[in-house]
Amino acid sequence: MNLLASIRVALTALRINALRSSLAMLGVIIGVASVIVLVSISEGTKQAVEAQIASFGANLLIVRPGASIFGGRRGAGGTGTPVTDADAEAIRDQVSGIDGVSGEVNAMGLSVVFGGVNWSTRITGVNPSFFGIRDWTIEEGRAFSVEEEQSARRLAVVGQTIIDEVFDGASPVGQSLRIGGQQFEVIGTVAAKGETSFGSDQDDIVFAPLSTVRQRFGASETPTVRDPVQTIYVAVGDGENTDRIIADIQDLLRIRRDIQPGADDDFSVASLAEFIRARNETESQLGLLLAVGAGIVLLVGGIGIMNIMLVSVTERTREIGLRLAVGARASDIRNQFLIESIVLCVTGGLVGLVVGVGGTIAYANVGELEISVNPGIVAVAIGASAFVGVFFGLYPAHRAARLNPIEALRFE
Amino acid sequence: MTALIECRNLVKTYSMGDMTIRALDGVSLAIEAGEYVAIMGSSGSGKSTLMNLLGALDRPTSGLLRVAGEDLGTLGPEAVARFRNRTIGFVFQQFNLLPRTSAAENVALPLVYGGVAHAERRERALARLEQLGLGERTDHHPSQLSGGQQQRVAIARALVNDPQILLADEPTGALDSKTSEDIMAIFDQLNREGITIILVTHEQEVADHARRQIVFRDGRVLEDRT
Repeated sequence: MNLLASIRVALTALRINALRSSLAMLGVIIGVASVIVLVSISEGTKQAVEAQIASFGANLLIVRPGASIFGGRRGAGGTGTPVTDADAEAIRDQVSGIDGVSGEVNAMGLSVVFGGVNWSTRITGVNPSFFGIRDWTIEEGRAFSVEEEQSARRLAVVGQTIIDEVFDGASPVGQSLRIGGQQFEVIGTVAAKGETSFGSDQDDIVFAPLSTVRQRFGASETPTVRDPVQTIYVAVGDGENTDRIIADIQDLLRIRRDIQPGADDDFSVASLAEFIRARNETESQLGLLLAVGAGIVLLVGGIGIMNIMLVSVTERTREIGLRLAVGARASDIRNQFLIESIVLCVTGGLVGLVVGVGGTIAYANVGELEISVNPGIVAVAIGASAFVGVFFGLYPAHRAARLNPIEALRFE
Repeated sequence: MTALIECRNLVKTYSMGDMTIRALDGVSLAIEAGEYVAIMGSSGSGKSTLMNLLGALDRPTSGLLRVAGEDLGTLGPEAVARFRNRTIGFVFQQFNLLPRTSAAENVALPLVYGGVAHAERRERALARLEQLGLGERTDHHPSQLSGGQQQRVAIARALVNDPQILLADEPTGALDSKTSEDIMAIFDQLNREGITIILVTHEQEVADHARRQIVFRDGRVLEDRT
């Protein structure tokens, strides 16, 4: 008997017991649907994390004075003797395998004024290489040059929120902007980045040359240290060993900051990507746990299938006897029930697929998340349900195939 | 020329717990092609056991059983299935039609296992139903047919693969006497057309249709009359 005929026989048998078939399928439907929803959400979260890492600048190291700013071991991040321009230059010149170094100073709570609009924002002083390191794209105009930075020119590159709120959406390039009471020329804009996962608006920002911000607004100035910065950003080159570079920077700064052997660092060098990944590890483990739970549901569904198949074999004992009497081989009988079980499971799997994809889309809409259903999940859903069909159908099918035709024909 | 069916010292034993039951206790007989045989006897006489052996539904314990050139004692499982499919047509007391399945599909069932293509299956099934006077009822389900009609569908199914031997086990046992006569007339006609018919029955009126009657008792042939 060929496969197509077997499938037709199986479909007929399932249609005859439509209600029972659908109830038996329910476990598989719920199992497949929940696997799809959970895998999709977990994948979506992972993608969001990677997107977030990319928006901060992939392969980014953050050098700060004081104890580690990440990991919560000490709360004193950013305090203590500042790092300096000279530290940044030393890292750039002496550590190999890095793409760029930039210091950063921030002046908070300054007003920017244009026309009649007065807006309080963050003024961030940076080196020109900062834009590349932190993955800020110049959208219009240009960034300032190294010379302009060193000569402390009053130039500004503004974020999307500033364009919207202060310039009312019009192009600000070439306009004169008052920042903290001083005239700056806007020479460029940066492309929008949106909110961080912490909920702060990354685009509400004005960039200016680092020395300008330090001199004009006294940001990070201390009487004891020359040219301090709050943070040094280091971009690790593609394919370079991040751990080695962190170690090199630590060695260099320990010498420059005259830390005795055995004493703790009074600064930290951290990889932002690793921090974010670590923070999300808990979430992905939870996702894994839920996926395991969904797998168990599928398993229980499979047991339901086995149960219904055993009932079906018993009910149709005479039919099996007759089929054997008219020339069916044991393998024909086994295949018939196996195919019935697979058809039952795959039908359940397809319904589960529709429910799961629908559930994922609904979840994405409610949660305003960007979740796409991976096309591979279709194959996984059908594959998994077919596997359940074979695995749990094998025993009932084997029992059917082993029946003695005489006893089967006599069965009441 | 060898007989179509040849049994020599045929023994079939069943073990029931500690007891061994000799259902067939050294049966020797020969049936030629084209014969019309009734096998009779009380229940437990061994007539059903012989029927099961002839149809290759069961295997002899010892002795020789040769049907249509096949030694049924040594046939492998594939060959057994082929034998049941091609050589034998079964008719049962309880019809054994598949429920919720049309008459035509019931009749075509042996052809499914014989590897016949779908279109040809239907054609041959319809021809057999027509032959048995059920040309108007091909798409009816068994539940929509009378007992006599159901047994005619079952006979059509037994004939669809052109078997050499028709084995009928109490074919009228579930039918009233009028309908029984109709069914027996069909067997008579089929035998006239050349098919070998062996029917198991305990009713003398049914057995009288056959030209040879073999009576069993306690697993042995008691009487073999023509």
